Amino acid sequence: MSVLDYPFDSAYILQKKKSIKKELLANNKFIDKKVAILSGSTIGEIKNILELFLLNYGIKPEFKVGGYNRYFEDLMFDDGSLKEFGPDFIYIHTSNKNIENLPVPQDTAQQVQEKLEKEFARYKTVVEKALSFGAVVIVNNFEMPFYRMYGNKDAVAVQGVVNFTTRLNLMIADYIATKDNVYLNDINYLSSLVGLDNWHNLENWYLYKYALSVDQIPQLAFSVAKIIKSALGKNKKSVVLDLDNTLWGGIIGDDGVEGIAIGNEQPAGMSYTEFQSYLKKLTGLGIMLNVCSKNEEAIAKQGFTDRKEAPLSVDDFICFKANWEPKSINIANIAKEINIGEDSLVFIDDNPAEREIVRQSLPTVTVPEVKSPEDYIKAIDRAGFFEITSFTKDDAKRNEMYKQNAQRAAAESSFTDYTDYLLSLNMTGEIGAFSTAHCERITQLINKTNQFNFTTRRYAQSEVEAIIEDKINYISAYAKLVDKFGDNGITACFIASVEGTNANIDLWVMSCRVFKRHFEYAMLDYVVGKCKEMGVKTITASWLRTAKNVIIKDFYESVGFEVTMDTEDEKRYIYNIPDDYEVKNKVIEMETV
Amino acid sequence: MNRTEIMAKLNEIFCDVFDDEDIVLTDATNSDDIEDWDSLEQINLLVAIEKQFSIKFSLADVADLENVGAMVDLIERMVG
Repeated sequence: MSVLDYPFDSAYILQKKKSIKKELLANNKFIDKKVAILSGSTIGEIKNILELFLLNYGIKPEFKVGGYNRYFEDLMFDDGSLKEFGPDFIYIHTSNKNIENLPVPQDTAQQVQEKLEKEFARYKTVVEKALSFGAVVIVNNFEMPFYRMYGNKDAVAVQGVVNFTTRLNLMIADYIATKDNVYLNDINYLSSLVGLDNWHNLENWYLYKYALSVDQIPQLAFSVAKIIKSALGKNKKSVVLDLDNTLWGGIIGDDGVEGIAIGNEQPAGMSYTEFQSYLKKLTGLGIMLNVCSKNEEAIAKQGFTDRKEAPLSVDDFICFKANWEPKSINIANIAKEINIGEDSLVFIDDNPAEREIVRQSLPTVTVPEVKSPEDYIKAIDRAGFFEITSFTKDDAKRNEMYKQNAQRAAAESSFTDYTDYLLSLNMTGEIGAFSTAHCERITQLINKTNQFNFTTRRYAQSEVEAIIEDKINYISAYAKLVDKFGDNGITACFIASVEGTNANIDLWVMSCRVFKRHFEYAMLDYVVGKCKEMGVKTITASWLRTAKNVIIKDFYESVGFEVTMDTEDEKRYIYNIPDDYEVKNKVIEMETV
Repeated sequence: MNRTEIMAKLNEIFCDVFDDEDIVLTDATNSDDIEDWDSLEQINLLVAIEKQFSIKFSLADVADLENVGAMVDLIERMVG
C-alpha cells in the first residue's frame, strides 16, 4: 500500500512530500500529461500534492500554473502561453471566494435572481473558453459558506447564501451534464465530507489566500487526480470478493446456509446486505464481480440460492471460484478468464493474512485495507476505483457481454476446426470512418485498451473530433461486431495519417473481447480499400512494447507486413499494398457505412 | 517541554519538509540559510508544527516569525 492510497494521512503527506515524490519517481513507469492549473486562490501546494497523486496513478504531469486569482484573465486574454503549452487538462480552482455577486439581506428576490444569472453566465463563459484550448476541463462547483446570516433559514430564504449556492450548483450540474470534456470536481460534497469547520480555515485564507484549509489540500488533490486518471482510462474494472465474513457473516461451511448472517433481521446481517446491494449497483455501472473463496463450490452457492434475502445472486458473478487453491492462483486465473489485466482488479477479503499474500504474489492487484463489514462500502467508494467520467451504453451492458463471452468459450471447445467455429457464430459487423455520434465511445476505447494496442497512444475527445473533421490527412475506422450470442458494440478503432502515397498507422486498438475472430482481418480489408481509393501505395506501422501488448508482437508479420526494424521494445513495418490484394476476412459479413 | 526538546523536534520537521537530513537549526537560522524556504514552505512548516505540538497558531502569532529562535519562543509559550 502506498502512503497515497486511501485512507491516507494528510499531515504526513504534506510534511513528507519531497521524499514521497522522490520515491514515486524512482519506482514507476509513467505516461506524460500536461496540466494547467488556473487560480481563483493560492494553488502552490495544490499543485505539489496533485503531482504526488498523479505520479501514484502512473501519470507524470508537466504543470503550467496560472497567475494568482487570474483564472478569468488567463483564460479570456491568453497571451499565447497557454495555447503554446497545449494542456491535456485544465483545472480551474475556484471557490465561493470567487463568487462576485453574493446576495445580501437587502436584496429583492429579483436582484438575487439577477446575481445568480450573472454568476452562472460568468462560470459558463470560463468553461467554454477553457474548452476552446482543446483540453479536458475540470472545474469546481461551490462549497457552502462558513457562516449563515439566516441560520437554518439560509437554505430557504432567496437572500440566503446557502440557498444561492445550492441553486448555482444545480445550474452548474445541469450545464455540465450537457457538455463533453468537462468534469465537475464536487468540492461541495468534498467539503461536507470532511466537515465545513475543517474545510474553511480563515487563518490560511488571511495569511496565504488558500480558499481551503491547507490540511485539506490532499483531499482536494486526490479528488482531482481521480478524475484525471478516470478520464485517461485508468479505472479499475472488476471486483474479486471473498465470501465468509465478506459477503455474509459467519462461515457457511461450518455454520450452514441457515446460520450465516444476511438479510435485515439482525444488525450484522444488515451490514452484509447493504454491502451486497452496493455491489449489485456496481454491476449496473459495468463493474464485473467475481468470487474467490476457500469453500466447497456447491455449499458456497447456497449462500445466494437458498437465502432469498441476499441481494446478489450467482448470476451476478462472472467467475465463481470457490475451491481450496491459493487465492493468488484463483485471482490470476480470473484475470485470464475475463481477459483483463491483474491491475484492473480490486480484491476484498476480511482476512488480513489472505490480503497480504495476494499483495505479495500479485503486486498489481489492488487490495484495500478493510476492517469490518460496515467499512467495506466506504473503502471502495472513497478510494475512487470506479470514478465515472464517461458512461456509455456499452458500459451498462458490459457484464452481459462478458457472460456471453464465457458462452462463446464453451461453444468453441465443441468445435475441432476453428474456421467452422467462427462461421457458426453468424458474425456480422459494421465499419466506417469516425463520426460524431460514436466519438465518446471511440475515445473511451482508445484510452482503455491496453492489450491489442500497438502504439498505446492516448487521444482526448477533442483530438478524436479533430480527426473526424479531417478526412484528407487521416484514415479512421471504428468497427462493431454482432454474433449469435449478442452485440459487442464498438470494439475496435483505427487511425492512420496519410502523407503522399504512404499511410502510417498511428493507432489500432481492439477490445480483448473480440480477439481472434478475424475481426482484425476485416479491419485491414477496409483500410486497404480506403488506401486504394486515396491512392496510397504503402502502409507503415509500428509496435511499441508495453507491459500488456506482447500478445500482438508478431501480428503485422502474420498479415504480410515486412519488418524494417526489430528491437526488444519496438518493431517497425512496411506493407506494399498489392494490386491484387486478396480479402482476408471470410467469416464476418461486414457492412461499410 | 524545554527549548532543547522543542528545537530537536523542530529540526526533525525541517528535515522532513525540505527532505534534507543535513539541516542543523540554531536560533538564528532564517529563510536565507535554507534555499527552499519560501512562503509556500513556511505554510507547510507551520502546519506541520501545529500537528506535531498539537497547537493552533493565530494570525498574530505567525505574522512576523523572523527566525527559528522566534518559532521556538512561540511554541514554548503555547505548549506551556
